[in-house]
Amino acid sequence: MSAPTQALPPLSRRGLLQAAALAGGGLSLGWSATGPARAATTPGALSAFVQIASDGAIRITAHQPEIGQGVKTSFPMMIAEELDVDWAQVTVVQAMGDRATYGMQIAGGSSATPTQFERMRRLGAAARAMLVAAAARAWGVPAGEITTGSAMLHHKASGRSARYADMAAAAALLPAPDPQTVTLKDTAQFRILGTRVPGVDNRKLVTGEPLFGIDARPPGLVYAVYAKSPVFGGRLKSANRAAALAVPGVKTLIDIAERRDLKTEIDVALPGIEVLPQGIAVIATSTWAALRGRDALACVWEGGDAAFQSTAGWEAAAAKALASGPQKPGHINHGNAGAKLAGAARRVKADYAYPFIAHAALEPMNATAHVVGNRCELWLSTQTPEDARRMVALALGIKPADVTLHLMRSGGGFGRRLMNDFAVEAAVIAKAAGVPVKLTWDRAQDFAHDWLRPGGWHRLEAGLDAKGDIIAWTDHFVSFGADGVLNPTAVIDASLFPSGVIRDFRADVTVLPIASTLGWLRAPINNAFAFVTQGFIDDCALAAGRDALEYRRALLGAPRAIPIAEEFSGETGADAKGTPYHTGRMRGVLDKAATMAGWGRKLPPRTGMGIAFHFSHLGYFANVVEAEVTPGGQVKVKRVWVAVDVGRHIVNLSGAENQVQGSVIDALGAALGQRISFADGAVEQVNFGDYSLARMSDAPPVEVAFLSTDFHTTGLGEPAYPSVAPALAMAIYQATGKRLRSLPLDTSQLTA
Amino acid sequence: MKLNINGKPVDVAAEPDMPLLWALRDVLGMTGTKFGCGAAFCGACTVQLDGEPVRSCQTPVSAVGTAKITTIEGLSASAIGRKLQDAWVALDVPQCGYCQAGQLLAAEALLRATPKPSDADIDAAMSGNLCRCATYTRIRAAIKQAAGA
Repeated sequence: MSAPTQALPPLSRRGLLQAAALAGGGLSLGWSATGPARAATTPGALSAFVQIASDGAIRITAHQPEIGQGVKTSFPMMIAEELDVDWAQVTVVQAMGDRATYGMQIAGGSSATPTQFERMRRLGAAARAMLVAAAARAWGVPAGEITTGSAMLHHKASGRSARYADMAAAAALLPAPDPQTVTLKDTAQFRILGTRVPGVDNRKLVTGEPLFGIDARPPGLVYAVYAKSPVFGGRLKSANRAAALAVPGVKTLIDIAERRDLKTEIDVALPGIEVLPQGIAVIATSTWAALRGRDALACVWEGGDAAFQSTAGWEAAAAKALASGPQKPGHINHGNAGAKLAGAARRVKADYAYPFIAHAALEPMNATAHVVGNRCELWLSTQTPEDARRMVALALGIKPADVTLHLMRSGGGFGRRLMNDFAVEAAVIAKAAGVPVKLTWDRAQDFAHDWLRPGGWHRLEAGLDAKGDIIAWTDHFVSFGADGVLNPTAVIDASLFPSGVIRDFRADVTVLPIASTLGWLRAPINNAFAFVTQGFIDDCALAAGRDALEYRRALLGAPRAIPIAEEFSGETGADAKGTPYHTGRMRGVLDKAATMAGWGRKLPPRTGMGIAFHFSHLGYFANVVEAEVTPGGQVKVKRVWVAVDVGRHIVNLSGAENQVQGSVIDALGAALGQRISFADGAVEQVNFGDYSLARMSDAPPVEVAFLSTDFHTTGLGEPAYPSVAPALAMAIYQATGKRLRSLPLDTSQLTA
Repeated sequence: MKLNINGKPVDVAAEPDMPLLWALRDVLGMTGTKFGCGAAFCGACTVQLDGEPVRSCQTPVSAVGTAKITTIEGLSASAIGRKLQDAWVALDVPQCGYCQAGQLLAAEALLRATPKPSDADIDAAMSGNLCRCATYTRIRAAIKQAAGA
């Protein structure tokens, strides 16, 4: 979820494998990316990805943070496939947060599958090759004559067979092969990958076993709530400490007097503000007592960097900027859009806007920490465990290696848990408390201290030729940042369609100041821009009197890769450089979605269809939304059809479909109701009563088709989200004649 | 204070006004019941009192009395509960999974009252339970599978 770039993150250095004997007998195999040999492993030891025990147990380590995207199941599937075992024979073991041992551990940017699909397969294939080699040696037969399946080794000519378990100890004595030299399965032979595999934690989830960070209960645990200013940077003016200490169950109060800037070299760096805010921690025998103690404090706050902030003020500033012209003309400037506009047969103009939105993960931000001397133990739901270790170490003045991180399942991430501010708070509080502390934020804090998806405004103009096709495109983009520079979560760059297919393309920028924290939210940047770009393509099609599907086909033109040349790039040039998208793949999903939905068929009164596509996070998605609008203006989404192209393979068909369906319904909920606003410097929303998520009664059937194309296999957690809102807005237009260009869609305009 | 939780009498040392949610999680260490919003908007904390789904974040322990409390840890004692759990696993309902305990307690009460629920019945019974990952399509399918539809 992190990457504004659409480029593949760089592969970590080429890994070497290292085998070891399992204590108790067997083979242990993992990466030796850190170089020196590690101690021999024991069952459940943390350095091994694959363990074949002599007692028959087959353990595969899941190392990526599980936030609901399914990696705890899909990554072990990749290893198990090439290891050539049955999925039912596998036990999945959760890794600790430990980059030195496991390599990059991050849930972000839909990057896990594209960067590690082959790496995980090679690991499994290497383990299999070692077992085959051990059997070949034991039996005195050529390795090439040995076949495998279901954790068994067979030599047909001699009639010999053995279990993996029987050869594991001997295999552990062999040198690990170079993973680049091992033979991977012919993908036609896949028996696990591409099938429907239920999540490995499902049974534990439906029986209530503790899996999440908020469930951790180390011995001696106390509970904390941290009172801090709802206005970013606000200072404590007064607090009723005696009243808080009088609350039954409240043990002590810990003042954290000084705000600290903890900006560091972290994986997911945002400028400015990795901060420990000033506040008072209430330590109690239960979270309830701590919450009551916090309320009894009745803290009064004053000032703050963010005190100037208000939605009304920003809206006025944006309107003024749109009227008077951009701060930074030609932020992206390719070709000569001005001249093309001047010479166009027709010009189309439209304004678009979208609000801040919140992550609202259902598991509130929390962290459990225990600090003893120069060591810290953390139990944490996080998308970036290594960042958490480094930030906590910095805050405590200890070494990152001395932060032990139990990587817990996250009750939702959506980009929020890329940031580890709550872990820093817990660690600092735990150090002062001297005992294990569980810090829990309440829901109001989750909204007040989110790292919000930035809002934005776009004034668009296009030039059309005589046929109505787009020949020039300009966008005055107004969004948020500091010192005249857009925040990294609000960048506009040249990899964004239709830049590339429209050669005369200009984006101007105005930056509004903000002091509150902005962050990456599911399909960041794209989740807002697709509404604007696809919506404006619809505006142009309407102006040209042409069908939305046919118009998009004409815009895409011949199938081809669009290189994003250096001259296209703006502030994010380094990331965007060289990143191509492919118009043929866009066309493929567009046509498929249209076919699935029966595009063009006759619809009942006040019912409409919209179509949109988007490329992000290396994935191509198109969807058709069918919606009915009641005479009272209520929007009922009847059905959504989604076509997906994420390359050659779907790792886990069940998880993949779930991600797409969930993303679509999440995006519908956002389009129809989600908005964060500010007054007097602070976020106004406090709970789900004033910030609406999609509910069961809002959820339409979502049909999903996966195309298999001869491209690299890529990720699915995010890219289904962006193209939903524009298709919904167009469906509403077709149903009512009302063109809504602001999110959330203002359904009060839709009464008959 | 004495409570009956999942068929067993349990002594709870809690302030009378402590919500059942926190008594379960922090006092008794039964963490299957989840904190989501603390204000009855999300349903993550759903448990059953005498078979009726309630929001444990809004239920003081002193108000429970002799009512039988069923939490996710005790759902398997119900035949309908087991069918739901099996359907949830087989249809791979969870994404993050955080809301699913509350979803299951609400679904079990639905199926006991309405063994063959319509889509409208499911909407009515389940719309108080948020799923931030929006697994609603599969929750609906799993309820129907458990109902034998």
